[in-house]
Amino acid sequence: MKRSFVNPHVESVPPSGIRRFFDIAGTMQGAISLGVGEPDFVTPYHIRNAAIDSLLDGETQYTPNKGLQSLLDEISRYMQDRFHVSYDPAKEIMVTVGASEAIDLALRACIQPGDDVLVPDPGYVSYAPCVSFVGANAIPVVTKAEDEFRMTKECLENAITPHTKALILPYPNNPTGAVMSREDLMNVAAVAQAHDLLVISDEIYAELTYVGEMTAFASLPGMKERTITINGFSKAFAMTGWRLGYACAPREILSQMNKIHQYTIMCAPRQAQVAALQALRRGRENGFEDVVTMRESYNRRRRVMLDALRKMGLDCFEPRGAFYCFPSVKATGLSSEEFCTRLLQEHKVVCVPGEAFGSSGKGHIRCCYATDMNRMLEAFERMQAFLSSL
Amino acid sequence: MQALKMQVLEILNEDCRIPLERIATMTGASLENVAQAIEEMENDRIILHYSPIINWDKADKERVEGMIEVKVTPQRDLGFDAIAGRIYRFDEVKSVYLMSGSYDLLVLVEAHTLKDLAAFVSEKLSTLEAVTGTSTSFVLKRYKQDGVIFVGERSDNRLAVIP
Repeated sequence: MKRSFVNPHVESVPPSGIRRFFDIAGTMQGAISLGVGEPDFVTPYHIRNAAIDSLLDGETQYTPNKGLQSLLDEISRYMQDRFHVSYDPAKEIMVTVGASEAIDLALRACIQPGDDVLVPDPGYVSYAPCVSFVGANAIPVVTKAEDEFRMTKECLENAITPHTKALILPYPNNPTGAVMSREDLMNVAAVAQAHDLLVISDEIYAELTYVGEMTAFASLPGMKERTITINGFSKAFAMTGWRLGYACAPREILSQMNKIHQYTIMCAPRQAQVAALQALRRGRENGFEDVVTMRESYNRRRRVMLDALRKMGLDCFEPRGAFYCFPSVKATGLSSEEFCTRLLQEHKVVCVPGEAFGSSGKGHIRCCYATDMNRMLEAFERMQAFLSSL
Repeated sequence: MQALKMQVLEILNEDCRIPLERIATMTGASLENVAQAIEEMENDRIILHYSPIINWDKADKERVEGMIEVKVTPQRDLGFDAIAGRIYRFDEVKSVYLMSGSYDLLVLVEAHTLKDLAAFVSEKLSTLEAVTGTSTSFVLKRYKQDGVIFVGERSDNRLAVIP
């Protein structure tokens, strides 16, 4: 009789709801995927080339734990110039393996078993599991379509418990495409202040804001001291596969995050850091030309997708950030899971059911417009055919 | 209007068969404004022509292309424009550029056969008084033109479903 070696804490976390779709879609020929969650651009040439040069120059060693000092300096400038938050590159910034690592570090450095952490619902799939991995409880903050999936004072207050220690605040949002204005964020700030909450602001989609200005949460009065800002290069610079993110936080928090990072990861890959340095340096010189071009391209496709979904009769609020539309399929009488399964099996279009992102995603589907325009138009025709067949 | 025009140009440059309605959706502008922007740019000769990019190697048509480096004597007061005008009026000539460097004009020529192209150079081009020398190169294979790659397929390395 052998005992189970598996940690029951880990075992109890359900596998990603997206996995099943991935398995079906992966075996299907001719499917068009609106289910991706990454840019359809390749990393700009000059950025790739910087990494190649670095390799050829034999730069194959570890970097400092927190990252190359030149990159930390450049991130500090970027945060100041772009988002008006001042972070000390010596003490308040660290480079991580994707924004994902930064989320994990933030939680492990600050959260104890028994703490409650507010996570957006619907929200990115890894927040709640990462909270569970540290033995804490993920408490969903239910956001609603009628509020355009923004976090309101009311939905936050509804979720707060006596044990609530932190809030994960991810805007622009995956899967909904929702953004929060400065006024919206001021409401969150008031709640954070009143309940003395740590705010983990995942701003990975910050550069992909199409309407209005992106406001960094830490730039609000009094918020920097209780905020961990998380960002990275994946979405803005089309660098998903490089796995490079960063965290900015008050020094007493950052030093603890870095302690975990140095014992588990050591440092983010050097070539990815060199590439990121190139992205920021060149960007500063040319007004982030690459980012602007990609953002404009997404914005055009955003408008086309929103228009097409509405013409199909699907109810969809206007997403103002990231690269997703999150229409409701409730009018079809199908659950979002049924809708996506049948759409895939009968018409070979991949969308992601909203409940994969939390129970308030029920009745919605996530459609990504970081998809080639002609493929996307073909997908809309198939979706229309599917809707007509119901 | 100026910003809209730039956006319209970018969109048309990628696909000039795109319906006006879709351009309007993509830019968030009204159909009338898009139509007006295009009309103005056509009138101002900013947009001159709409043509497809064809891979003639796959179409069943005999066709030869040459690039001719031409040295000329510029004319007093007219510079290179007069001789360039003489050259670009030939039907065989597809493009003419005034170049910096070791020659003056780059002339792209298209003909049915090699013989036709040779005849163009020897009988029409070289005999012009201002032309002092030519160097003709033939196109053997086309890999990329106007931003479009002719060989291979563009692959999407992304996984079908990513959270």
